[in-house]
Amino acid sequence: MNHLLSIEDLDRADIERIVSLAERFAEVSDREIKKVPALRGRMVLNLFYEASTRTRSSFELAAKRLSADVVNFAASGSSVEKGESLKDTVLTLSAHKPDAIVLRTPWAGASELVSKWCSAAIVNAGDGKHEHPTQALLDVYTLRRRLGQIDGASIWIVGDVAHSRVARSDVLAFQRMGAKVTLAGPPTLIPRDIEQLGCEVRYTLDELHTADVVYALRMQRERMSEMWVPSLREYASQYQINAARLKPHQVLMHPGPVNRGVELSGEVVDSPQAVITAQVEAGVVVRMAVLYELLAGSSPGSAEGASPGSAGTHERGVAAAPAGRPQAAAVGEGQLA
Amino acid sequence: MTGMGVLVGGPGPAAELLLLDVRVLDPRAGIDARRDVRVSGGVIAELAEPGSLQAGEQEEAIEGGGTLVLVPAFFDPHVHLRTPGQEHKEDLRSGTRAAAAGGFAGVIAMPNTDPVVDSAPLLRSLRDAAAREAHVAVGFLPAITHGLQGEQLTDMAELRSEGALGFTDDGKPVVSAGMLRKALQYQRLCGGVIALHEEDPTLSRSGAMHEGAVSAALGIAGIPTIAESTMVARDAALAGYEDARVHFQHLSCAASVDAVAEAKARGWRVSAEVSPHHLLLTEEAVRGLDTRMKMHPPLATETDRRALVEGLRSGIVDCVATDHAPHAREEKEVPFEQAPMGSTGLETAFAALHTELVLPGVLDLGLLVERMSAGAPLFGLPAPLIAAGQPANLALLDLDAEWTAGEHGWESRSENCCFAGRRLRGRVLLTLSGGVLAHRDRSLVPVGAR
Repeated sequence: MNHLLSIEDLDRADIERIVSLAERFAEVSDREIKKVPALRGRMVLNLFYEASTRTRSSFELAAKRLSADVVNFAASGSSVEKGESLKDTVLTLSAHKPDAIVLRTPWAGASELVSKWCSAAIVNAGDGKHEHPTQALLDVYTLRRRLGQIDGASIWIVGDVAHSRVARSDVLAFQRMGAKVTLAGPPTLIPRDIEQLGCEVRYTLDELHTADVVYALRMQRERMSEMWVPSLREYASQYQINAARLKPHQVLMHPGPVNRGVELSGEVVDSPQAVITAQVEAGVVVRMAVLYELLAGSSPGSAEGASPGSAGTHERGVAAAPAGRPQAAAVGEGQLA
Repeated sequence: MTGMGVLVGGPGPAAELLLLDVRVLDPRAGIDARRDVRVSGGVIAELAEPGSLQAGEQEEAIEGGGTLVLVPAFFDPHVHLRTPGQEHKEDLRSGTRAAAAGGFAGVIAMPNTDPVVDSAPLLRSLRDAAAREAHVAVGFLPAITHGLQGEQLTDMAELRSEGALGFTDDGKPVVSAGMLRKALQYQRLCGGVIALHEEDPTLSRSGAMHEGAVSAALGIAGIPTIAESTMVARDAALAGYEDARVHFQHLSCAASVDAVAEAKARGWRVSAEVSPHHLLLTEEAVRGLDTRMKMHPPLATETDRRALVEGLRSGIVDCVATDHAPHAREEKEVPFEQAPMGSTGLETAFAALHTELVLPGVLDLGLLVERMSAGAPLFGLPAPLIAAGQPANLALLDLDAEWTAGEHGWESRSENCCFAGRRLRGRVLLTLSGGVLAHRDRSLVPVGAR
């Protein structure tokens, strides 16, 4: 694998390989010193054209736990505001020879375009409303941990599908993992012909009880001013996942940030059925796995001493160094919002 | 220029040419036969049995071998020459060179330039420039409304007296039915065809491609076909009510073809054009997010494509128009949603349609030739005709020549062609516009020079 541009490009074996690798990295996160030297000396560039705290810091943390150097480049306040094109920005930053560029833009296909302009491995961290592949991988990871397996599961994705890159990547990823996916939401926010992705479409939650997993999407307030739905109140009355609608056997997921009282009621967010914080946790280990896969080769263990399994030796070495560095320093400046 | 009415083209020597044993194909003239053809003083002087004409002292002779095909030159009622103001994309010289290379003897330029062509002085200066610079005849459609804003009619009568063939706000629809109605009423005074880019902006919104399975998969806002077809139906009804003459530009979907058919069945004075890309490509071409595939209206479904081909065959759609829309490399080398709409088309139109529709037997060659020049009479211009005494508006074609679109670069200043890289069959060897040699392919060798 040279890049991670979309779930579309991956088959089930690819997804399972990354998720299994992430499970091995999870062990690193549970250590006192949360760092392995796998990508020491490698540079990961975070290039973000959209505001993002969670995804960016999750990538930053993942890269730092692998001992990579991280440079963050936000489009606002940069040469981009002076009119520099995406191509020129990428060519300029490429002069610093990053090994990987993590790219978030408001434009579909931008990651693929960038992959043709430079030699770095490109990780799509969201391209417009197209895809958000690492979100889907962390969702698969979270779900597999919770359910054991995804095969045969009924997963309902509820809400603003039209404006959601998460929905598109999840439909593909869940289906590749053997789940049956249903999209539900206001008819104005379900794209025409989307069932050609192989999923089903519902405009009411009448059959939501048949789902094993309920995946609620964020309902953005600006959609109201664009008149996609009559009001937030009406949206909540029809589509909010609340205690009345969520059945005890169901797992509740959400990509964050949550609008409490809109797409989710407070009580379900706080319920044990919700795996929302587990998703955030999964984000770091899955992104570690993605960066490792792209930069350290596709077969873990082939790079001597760099795989997570053998990293323990190094880790002990590091831990044995002067009095064990404080945890915060080992994690670096990365922070989760 | 001779014989092209109010079109203007640059100066050039009248062609003296002898075409030996070419297949003369002109459905309007009712001819499909091998002939020797003499062009003298820029006029078709003689059509004779093959082997009967001898080259004179001043004549260049070209051997057709019975296989090269001589057709009436093509006419494109819809091109963007980008002058004034956007000469980094195209100008009168490069755009008309591209036209000539594609076998077009005449084109009609759209007014969505910078500034917009919406005043008589600007139109006059453009026509003067075309008379100096253009390689083929050029006509102009100035704007219906000032600045394409849809709010105030241009001085249509004065523009007509300066040579406007008609009017269009192309690139934008006339959103207000009331405003369009006024233009249609005013047409009784000034004449000229009102050409319409049909799009309801409340339906197309910020869409960047056809609304359907591909846009759903890509997460790109889609433009539904009803954005076009409902406006075609609305404006056909307005034209019918006012007994006005309207032309629908770049039809893109089956529903629009139906709306035009309905209007024609009612006897309303409407005509329509379709582009090579809408005849040959679908939304599937957009899947890879190649910005050359981004055009307005967007490429739709296979059902729509087939309806457009059938519409062209049946005559519901009157003519082919390329909507040649050049954009600079840096403008198209951006993410799909940011890229401007449009593809160049002049240099590939015939070859692409010949390869994809004529060779597989979908369209007859004669019909394609007719539809590729039928735009001229729609705008009140004489249709090019291959007959003795007619001005030489001719294209000489080698139907067997294979080439890859763009392999030797482009005559156009821009390279955003949706057919770039395609293997095509059929090449324009020679184009005469108004009796002047406008294009000659490098492969064409005169008799005696071999």
